[in-house]
Amino acid sequence: MTLLQEKWRAYRTPGYYTKYDYAWRLVVDLDSCTGCGACVVACQAENNLPIVGERAFQEKRDMKWLRIERYWEGEYPDIKMRFLPMMCQHCDQAPCETVCPVAATYHNQDGLNVQVYNRCVGTRSCAAYCPYEVRYFNWFSASWEAPLEQQLNPEVSIREKGVMEKCTFCVQRIRQAKDEAKDEGRRVQEDDFTTACAQSCPSKALHFGDANDPQSAVSQLAKNPRAYHVLSELNTEPSVTYLARGKAMESAS
Amino acid sequence: MNRVGNQTPDETPPKLADVNRDVIRTLTETTPLYWWTFGIAVMVAVLCFTLPWAYQLVTGIGVAGMNRPVIWGSYISCFIFWIGLSHSGTLLSAVLHITGSQWRKAIYRSAEAMTLFSLVVAVIFVLVHVGRPWFVYWTIPYPNQRELWPNFRSPLLFDVTAITTYMTASATFLFVGSIPDFAAARDGTIGWRHSMYRVLSLGWRGTQKEWKHLGWAYTFFAVLVIPLAVSVHSIVSWDLALSIVPGFHQTIFAPYFVVGAIYSGTAGIVTVMYFLRKYYHLERYILPSHFDKLGRLLLVLSLLWTYINIVELTTGWFSHHSFELEFIDYRLTGAWAPIYWSMIAFCAVLPLSLISSRVRTNLNVMLVLSIFINAGMLFERFIIITTSLPRKYLPNTWADYAPTWVEYSIMLGSLAIFVTLFLIFVKIVPSMSIYEVKEELLHNAKHQQENKP
Ligand code: SF4
Repeated sequence: MTLLQEKWRAYRTPGYYTKYDYAWRLVVDLDSCTGCGACVVACQAENNLPIVGERAFQEKRDMKWLRIERYWEGEYPDIKMRFLPMMCQHCDQAPCETVCPVAATYHNQDGLNVQVYNRCVGTRSCAAYCPYEVRYFNWFSASWEAPLEQQLNPEVSIREKGVMEKCTFCVQRIRQAKDEAKDEGRRVQEDDFTTACAQSCPSKALHFGDANDPQSAVSQLAKNPRAYHVLSELNTEPSVTYLARGKAMESAS
Repeated sequence: MNRVGNQTPDETPPKLADVNRDVIRTLTETTPLYWWTFGIAVMVAVLCFTLPWAYQLVTGIGVAGMNRPVIWGSYISCFIFWIGLSHSGTLLSAVLHITGSQWRKAIYRSAEAMTLFSLVVAVIFVLVHVGRPWFVYWTIPYPNQRELWPNFRSPLLFDVTAITTYMTASATFLFVGSIPDFAAARDGTIGWRHSMYRVLSLGWRGTQKEWKHLGWAYTFFAVLVIPLAVSVHSIVSWDLALSIVPGFHQTIFAPYFVVGAIYSGTAGIVTVMYFLRKYYHLERYILPSHFDKLGRLLLVLSLLWTYINIVELTTGWFSHHSFELEFIDYRLTGAWAPIYWSMIAFCAVLPLSLISSRVRTNLNVMLVLSIFINAGMLFERFIIITTSLPRKYLPNTWADYAPTWVEYSIMLGSLAIFVTLFLIFVKIVPSMSIYEVKEELLHNAKHQQENKP
């Protein structure tokens, strides 16, 4: 069996990318997250997210591939605010993938849940099935006012109305890093690149990397006893790991 | 023109020649009332459906009221509703054919037509629902250069398959059953109608052999259609039940949807029968006893439906899962609670009156009841979508949903499309099966002779 055949067969079995390619993971350290929203802005700039305006925001039609959910704990005055940055979890057992009738969303060999905008017919069933509510639909075609279109990222396509979109783990950066690494005949290194959100986080709460590399930060952090998955009881096997707030931080805040 | 039938309704059995005349009369004679209804229906369809849809296509689907948690809305609800309405038509007709019921003969043609047109409207709602309807053919496994296939794991793809199959089967069933009537119409008409029926009747001459084949083919399709009809709404229910959304993810969904579908379909037949009887003066063929029988069926279905509703809530409640409880709380007391409770009133409480035979044989009451039941069933489709999606897992995203004028208008317009299609149908296809009504008359006559001393 040639390598190609072996790979081809391996791609058809779940968990193949643990052996081949990369397993991209994100770790969110809730101890460090201050809820500043820098990642949200960075994501908006990197991925050409449309600016929907106040009205659409109130209608719950905002476009933020990464949002910071706020939860309150306790009663006033003894009240605490919790932050939960929420982006596509790139589930290994993604409910959104099975339902798309045209396979516009599927798992690629890097363990990413990818979205093919050109294939999407807009049934919106993926968004109905996603338990994390991280899929965003283009209710209208987006437009940018005069100077703003100059800052659009040329690496990322502009989505048309009637198409679903969501966090891609900055797939354009992954592709570029993989290309460069391939030219140099090596695997992608830890510090070759990172996602826009992880790059911009001032308190270094976000860590992005390859879990197939045992030395990477994400592999190390995943062993942390504070690690958990959001809604893990649903068995979606997310790629995003959260590190719960530690006891020490609890008493400090 | 023989209008005796109008003055002495119900009891006098018609003569054989009258049957031909009465039914073909419905094809060729057009009253001003028909033209008015037709004109209004077409106008409403254009104004309330085509124009808002065009607006939605140009601007984007955001003109409807859906938002992020409630990503599905009235369009999917209406889709499920119309698929539901399509049941019973063909299903009832097939079941009654196999069990050899005599009374189906006067109504089954219209019932089957109802099936077909509800399916057409349902498919239209799919087009209205999706974001890019111009690409909807991608869901069909057609050979293409890029070797792209649809996703065979997707319940939506099961749906496409089930609905196209059901549509083909019920259209064929309807057509096969109409061939002798097309021939009768061919012989009774002149001009362009004659040419049209000549094609439609496939050269039917009425020989012994042809009748034998027809009987065979018809029974074959009847047997085929029953499992299809049951499967089609089970599959529609899997669109929801295969998700992990609280309120959708229920094993009861397939029987729930099938029962609901037959329920609303039967109520729809009662409505259509009422109008056919009244405006086509078919009092001699569609008797109050038929309404009585359908009333009994409705009563049984309403009880089943109530039972399944109780099961649905109690399984969620017993799970003691906070997400399930939250969703039940929202359904019973949230923004859509008035709709929920009117659904219970229309579909579970009001139909209990059918226990009295006075209600079942009073046609006006039956009409009102059947309309209420279908309104309730439309509410049910809404409730399933609009009270489950707003309360999904992450409380941060919870939001309410309310339809916009575009959605209301498209809903009204879709009804007008249905009425338009039906009105066109009654002018082209004999809306009552001529040959089977005759058969029944002969049968009865023979019976009477035998019973005479
Ligand atoms: S988080 Fe939602 S959109 Fe992302 S892979 Fe999981 S189910 Fe799909």
